[in-house]
Amino acid sequence: MTTLLSLHSQPDVPLEADTISPDAITGLSELGIEHLQVLHGNIKARVGDFFKVTGKGVSDICLEGDLSKVKMIGASMSVGSITVEGNVGMHVGIGMSGGQILVKGDASDWVGPEMTGGRIIVKGNAGHMVGSAFRGQAVGITGGEIFIHGDAKNEIGNSMRRGLIVIGGDAGDFTGVNMRAGTIIVMGKMGIRTGAGMIRGTVACFEDAPMLPSFEYSCKYQPLFLRLYLIRLQKNGFENKIEDRHLNGKYRRFSGDGIELNRGEILLYLR
Amino acid sequence: MSSELIIVNGQVYDPANHVDGEVKDICVRDGKIVESVSKSATRIDAHGMVVMPGAIDIHCHIAGPKVNLARKLMPEDHRLDVHPKTAVTRSGTGGIVPSTFATGYRYCTMGYTTAMEAAVPPITARHVLEELDDTPVIDKGFYVLLGNNAFLYKLLKEGRKNEFKEAIAWWVNAVHAYTVKLVNTGSDELWKGRKNANITNVNENIDHYDITPVHVMESFIEAAHELGLPHPPHIHCNNLGHSGNISTTLDTMKAAQGRRVHMAHVQFHSFGGELNKNPVSGAREIIDYINDHENITSDVGQVMFGKATAMTADAPLAWMLRNVKLDKWVNADTECESGCGILPFSYQEAIYTHTLQWAMGLELFLMSKDPWRVLMSTDHPNGGSFMNYPKLIKLLMDSAYRREALSHLNQKAINKTVLSDLDREYTLNEIAIITRAGPARALGLANKGHLGVGADADITIYTEEEDREQMFNAPRYVIKDGITVIKDHEFATDHRGKILHSKPGYNEDIAGEIEPFFEDYYSVKFSNYAVSDDYLHLHEEIPTHPKS
Repeated sequence: MTTLLSLHSQPDVPLEADTISPDAITGLSELGIEHLQVLHGNIKARVGDFFKVTGKGVSDICLEGDLSKVKMIGASMSVGSITVEGNVGMHVGIGMSGGQILVKGDASDWVGPEMTGGRIIVKGNAGHMVGSAFRGQAVGITGGEIFIHGDAKNEIGNSMRRGLIVIGGDAGDFTGVNMRAGTIIVMGKMGIRTGAGMIRGTVACFEDAPMLPSFEYSCKYQPLFLRLYLIRLQKNGFENKIEDRHLNGKYRRFSGDGIELNRGEILLYLR
Repeated sequence: MSSELIIVNGQVYDPANHVDGEVKDICVRDGKIVESVSKSATRIDAHGMVVMPGAIDIHCHIAGPKVNLARKLMPEDHRLDVHPKTAVTRSGTGGIVPSTFATGYRYCTMGYTTAMEAAVPPITARHVLEELDDTPVIDKGFYVLLGNNAFLYKLLKEGRKNEFKEAIAWWVNAVHAYTVKLVNTGSDELWKGRKNANITNVNENIDHYDITPVHVMESFIEAAHELGLPHPPHIHCNNLGHSGNISTTLDTMKAAQGRRVHMAHVQFHSFGGELNKNPVSGAREIIDYINDHENITSDVGQVMFGKATAMTADAPLAWMLRNVKLDKWVNADTECESGCGILPFSYQEAIYTHTLQWAMGLELFLMSKDPWRVLMSTDHPNGGSFMNYPKLIKLLMDSAYRREALSHLNQKAINKTVLSDLDREYTLNEIAIITRAGPARALGLANKGHLGVGADADITIYTEEEDREQMFNAPRYVIKDGITVIKDHEFATDHRGKILHSKPGYNEDIAGEIEPFFEDYYSVKFSNYAVSDDYLHLHEEIPTHPKS
């Protein structure tokens, strides 16, 4: 059984809907959910002003309509699931610690900031700052998994400390900038300045990528852990992107960033 | 129509008028305290409550470009602490360096009605005055940084004492400052001239000027004395945060030669031990000297655990701290006047030096013999936010709580201090002195810090509670200029405080001396430098008492 929320009026300005999460709606009646507060610009509004609610609140939520102007869906969720049938706006899954968010369309910028656990899957493309720290923060996501099946733009995993980010398509510039630890896997092309300022952590990519001069070539080898990661990802929707050559081939390892600890690594698949 | 107010049945603490917890009525008319009011006056029944003058923060950093830089440096801090608007007050952001509106309101919600911004380079005074005017409720003033001023050094080098004094007066007038501030005197010349250089000995020459920091400080203290500034030079000593800096601090206090001087955040200047080794507490030496010398006033600069922001005109210090914590920071140069350093910081209970600093601050408070001269401050935001004051009051008033608190800290550091042997508990009267009457006296504010007839009607009323932190965290009423700003813990109205400044007299000819230097070395024209009176907005001139 799911709780269905379908968008009946498109907001004029972005809607901050941090109350649409399993934790907030579980146990509420249809009316109770419609009365939850959302912020329409700087005006306090109700969920019911924008969504038609069907079914009482349970931990599985389905959202219909073009939600590209609806922000903060699944904020701080710890259990259950959210399925978004279309696109979704910024800050999806902000601060989530558990459960799963599935976006069937595209996601906007800032997917999963301050995430500590759980999983976000975006079938389409994502905007900038996937799994990144907010401006000024020293640490980004500290756990959880973000799977983007399409492309993502700049600064993926900015300052992340743990967790896994997978991009099925291409990545923009500054992938893994200031990374503390954790893993980013990009199956398409990466832009420039990958891993700038990274301290530890791994960025792996199936294509060649331009390297910063502060990264040093170490060796070519077959990283065992990556094989394990990829096999798991094959079972989680990336079977079309991961071929046997990626599992069995060699990777060139670059260590850096030389201006920091030099303990990060960038692994590039060797054709 | 005149507004009248009478507070009845309250336990009044007014140390300046020797009122210690007596039940007494306080009458207010038109923003001033008066003998009596008519029967139609608004009545506040303060039965079971404690009535004190509005509190005064003698040393904090709340306005100007350096504060703004700190705000910009920490967006993450603001996001987590939104200060929403109410029916009568405006919105803002909080965190360790709150926005202007939030600063004013938050000071007010703790019973503070006056705060002094402690370090302003003259060239940034315009910005400071505008921001201070935007800081609601509280009265405020600022100290102008002149201790590293190239032109004043030149006058001292040439031995022109009289022109030196005139120039100081010109500067205080030109920027509408309250008094002069000296920070790490002499260091900027070295810091800007050579790589990572700093003054290590106050009897050393300041490079090519052939004068020593002690000579500069003496000259300032003498000039301020002759000009009769309401508050003496406010001195941030050299070698802040270096082990063994007590000798520098003692040398500086001796330089006053019996004249009035204010030592800022002395906790940071009470480090014993040897340079480049772990510090030990030197609080005993410093507080003994302060106890014995009535010319010296001081604020403690207590460190509180948690977030802080180092925000200082002491650029070499910021560099030192930056090397401790490799994180974002700012270091800036302010023309021929000053330097600047900013970095987010946090004081942690497990760290030896941080615990030692926390304990040293409390040692200074608890070993002080004259609360009138050892005043409360956290050097906001350097030792912690001003929002920590209620907690600090509890630490001073409740020895059981203090003992409990120090059991969680770095014991190696605690054992280097005598804190666990100090059983003293501050009384409400003493708290009223270190937060109200004392700062007012040190600042020369005759109308503040007391509840005698003629004083400004800045009054706070607290519900008496055993938990002093809770009590001082939320006054029941705050009355500013006779207007009830906080009523039953809620804002009843917004209010605009005034700028406090002094206008020492001087000979206008000095401007002719300063101008050529400006045209040679400054980025702005001399005629654009002095701040016009339009920037003063609501203000009050505090009289000077020049010595003939």
